[in-house]
Amino acid sequence: MATEFNLTTHVEVDHQHDHDHEHHEEGFIRKYIFSEDHKMIAKQFLFTGLLWAFLGGAMSVIFRLQLGFPDLELGFLKPILGSWIDETNKLDPNYYLALVTMHGTIMVFFVLTAGLSGTFSNFLIPLQIGARDMASGFMNMLSFWFFFAASLVMFASLFLETGPAMGGWVVYPPLSALPEAVPGSGSGMTYWLISMALFIISTLLGGINYITTVINMRTKGMSFSRLPLTIWAFFLTAIIGLLSFPVLFAAALLLIFDRSFGTSFYLSDIYIGGEALHHQGGSAILYQHLFWFLGHPEVYIVLLPALGITSEIIATNSRKPIFGYRAMIGSMIGIAILSFIVWAHHMFVTGMNPFLGSIFMFLTLIIAVPSAVKAFNYITTLWRGNIIFTPAMLFSIGLVSVFISGGVTGIVLGNNALDIQLHDTYFVVAHFHIVMGSASFFGFMAGVYHWFPKMFGRMMDAKLGYIHFWLTFIGIYLVFFPMHYIGIAGFPRRYYSFTSFQAFNTFADLNMFISVAAILTFTAQAIFAFNFVWSIFRGRKAPLNPWNANTLEWTTPRLPGHGNWPGKIPHVYRWAYDYSKPNADKDGFTDFIPQHIPLSQTPHSNLEYENELMQKQNVTDDLKVNE
Amino acid sequence: MSGLIIGLVAALILVILFMLFRIQALITIAKGGDRPVGTSNKVNGALMLIVPIVLLALVAWYSPIAARNFLPEASSVHGVVTDNLFWVTITVISLMFLITNAGLFWFAYKYQYKEGRQASFFHDNTRLEVFWTIVPAVIMALLVFFGWKAWSDITSEPPKEAMVVEIMGKQFAWQVRYPGVDKQLGSYDFRLIDDVAGNEFGIDFEDKKAEDDFLAREMYLPKGQPVLFKIRARDVLHSVFAPHFRLKMDAVPGMPTQFHFVPTKTTEEMRSQLNNPQFDYEIACTEVCGRGHFAMKFKIVVVEPEEYRKWYAEQPTFLEQNPQFKGKGLSDLRKKNLAKRNAEQMKEQASL
Repeated sequence: MATEFNLTTHVEVDHQHDHDHEHHEEGFIRKYIFSEDHKMIAKQFLFTGLLWAFLGGAMSVIFRLQLGFPDLELGFLKPILGSWIDETNKLDPNYYLALVTMHGTIMVFFVLTAGLSGTFSNFLIPLQIGARDMASGFMNMLSFWFFFAASLVMFASLFLETGPAMGGWVVYPPLSALPEAVPGSGSGMTYWLISMALFIISTLLGGINYITTVINMRTKGMSFSRLPLTIWAFFLTAIIGLLSFPVLFAAALLLIFDRSFGTSFYLSDIYIGGEALHHQGGSAILYQHLFWFLGHPEVYIVLLPALGITSEIIATNSRKPIFGYRAMIGSMIGIAILSFIVWAHHMFVTGMNPFLGSIFMFLTLIIAVPSAVKAFNYITTLWRGNIIFTPAMLFSIGLVSVFISGGVTGIVLGNNALDIQLHDTYFVVAHFHIVMGSASFFGFMAGVYHWFPKMFGRMMDAKLGYIHFWLTFIGIYLVFFPMHYIGIAGFPRRYYSFTSFQAFNTFADLNMFISVAAILTFTAQAIFAFNFVWSIFRGRKAPLNPWNANTLEWTTPRLPGHGNWPGKIPHVYRWAYDYSKPNADKDGFTDFIPQHIPLSQTPHSNLEYENELMQKQNVTDDLKVNE
Repeated sequence: MSGLIIGLVAALILVILFMLFRIQALITIAKGGDRPVGTSNKVNGALMLIVPIVLLALVAWYSPIAARNFLPEASSVHGVVTDNLFWVTITVISLMFLITNAGLFWFAYKYQYKEGRQASFFHDNTRLEVFWTIVPAVIMALLVFFGWKAWSDITSEPPKEAMVVEIMGKQFAWQVRYPGVDKQLGSYDFRLIDDVAGNEFGIDFEDKKAEDDFLAREMYLPKGQPVLFKIRARDVLHSVFAPHFRLKMDAVPGMPTQFHFVPTKTTEEMRSQLNNPQFDYEIACTEVCGRGHFAMKFKIVVVEPEEYRKWYAEQPTFLEQNPQFKGKGLSDLRKKNLAKRNAEQMKEQASL
């Protein structure tokens, strides 16, 4: 009781503090650049993330040109790529690897971690739990600027004479440790490591903030069992990140030591460039363990926010409560815990002890169960709903589809006997691009379409949104589904060309098809870019609650200022999913009852336990008054 | 010139698209705003059925064509086992994929917005939840069990009579060493590697077992007999991938790995079976290792055991071809290094 009371007084104090602010407008720099307002920081993450997404996508188009049209002269790319195109107008194989590496790094870390989690955790946590801002606005600001610094360093590495990192996004040593092995392992790799170190700091600063804010700053009545699933997802994501990113930091640090200070953590018994190196006793496998201890949870770091966003959007636009709210939380917690004990399924054929391989196969296939539960619950939420296909809803339904399609192939790869053949083939590429890449990207897009009105006070054009969705949805299946075929045929990933081998001398037509589909899908994103930029300035002004949603962010003004609510922070009396509640019309509501509506206003539609709860609350309120 | 024309045409198309967008937006406004549940909702609802069905039709049409190149003919004993397991798993997951996606898109179509319909306030059902927790769990348990059995067999201790072959990965080639008559590979050390002199393996010739070792430009294997690959790398990570044998194992500098299997078909048999007189077994690299990663090919020839024994006996040993290495090994290297260091120290002292 005492804590509850403290919390409310705290809120009141904040509110006073905010009134002071309204009188003197913040300067340009404090408002738009070094802002401590979570909404502005979210937009900064969003813009940076989207820019990276287009750059990362463009890179994939270039290497798809190489894979789909191996005989094509790429001289016309010289103005952009310079010496990456060699004298014969072909893409240099080293720079092919550089493009693949940068595409992976950018997409996984900068777009789907910072862009997705950074944008929506920042934007939605305070707005949906009823807080004025993050626990530490300053740390939040630092989080963005560390990310920005990481971005700059990574971007700068593209212009190095020896090129950026070329060892694949996993940068396994010894390849990444030895400049003699590949030119990108010179300065390019140093830049990569510095950039990642900065990025990890950014993630940790953000994560600590998200966790603290969710635990401490929920408005009155916003218990954990009433949190929207978005917040649950961001909360668990932040915990996973906080526990796993430091391990990547350690891995990177040891690699820096091996590269620059002559240690032998990862290196042993190496003869390269005509001489035997002094390194002895290190283990290349150690790096892989450390890397995948982050690397696998990372999959869920990019996926869980997308799933949380989807839960919210599917419930809202089906006009139905999310099915199995508690099961959804349970499965997310299950996924979060299991994500830490499955990492070595990336290493079945590294020479790791086969017994460990068996253990990790068991653990890996267990994680399929909570994932399946989530998929079933989404589908059941659609059942007997009254579905409105907003662009956000389309992307959410698309997400569930790709989550399933990519998820089921995980059952094949998680089985180590089958992984022997398929490991590091295009089957893996297809699997994770669908389940992690596409699903998270769809979640990202769904979130942008859904919360754009709250971010910019204007609506995006819905019809362009529909076109964008259908082109992207069809495009993504056309690009990644055929990769399963190529993978089953044994084609290894990260190959510059397949002509050297009889075994991989087929499917030239299919590779061409994939490349064409990839280029078209990428081009279709221009529709989004136009819609996004145009709508920020010229979009229709948004109503206060355009999707008739229940969560607290829609109780703020059209363009909430720093502090979010001009008056008191609303209290919360119910969960976020009172959609189409029976008898709501008798209480004067349509098909939704927002979270801040007291139970006493809805006597007809209250469920039995809610009536009991209300009575209990009345008694305690009376006691308080008597005191 | 042509570039300019292309640019102009592209600009024109963009302008037209933009005009269409504006007209569309103006019509919407004239009609009284963008209603979220107008005709568009019906169109999207219809596409929820049409698009998946068209995509599925594409898959149904193309899969049999692509299947010709799937899982190249398994030519090892365990390969047949894992292939069966693979197709069983694919069947199971295809069913899951079809059922769940069908539910998703059918419900999306069927329950699209209708004026006046109230969505059901159906938010919990423990029985359903338990049901679809247990069903996937049981399916997983079965698949795991068979996978685990296959994996345990594949990774079990190699049989004692297995033919040993050493494969070493380097940038950007595979190299292969056979143990010779004594069937035992001689020891090696990376400090003994000397590309200029010709000891690319770093073989230690003080080890008597090394004296009859021989290198091969093509790997010969006997049909129907267990083979043990001893795998290592001398610079960066590589990975031995022999697609027809369903074999893959990383080559790690400083950490030897291994894989044993039984080839079941000779190259000749495969040629006639696949109706491809050019057919050869190949090894590829599947761990990114630098510029030449995509071209690390090594040829394997599987022959009848008699032919194999004949070939094996005919191979000249490494020492026969490079007699200068006889007796050269680690202690020799130590002596040389010591002498070098002494000379350097002498020089230093002299300069002091």
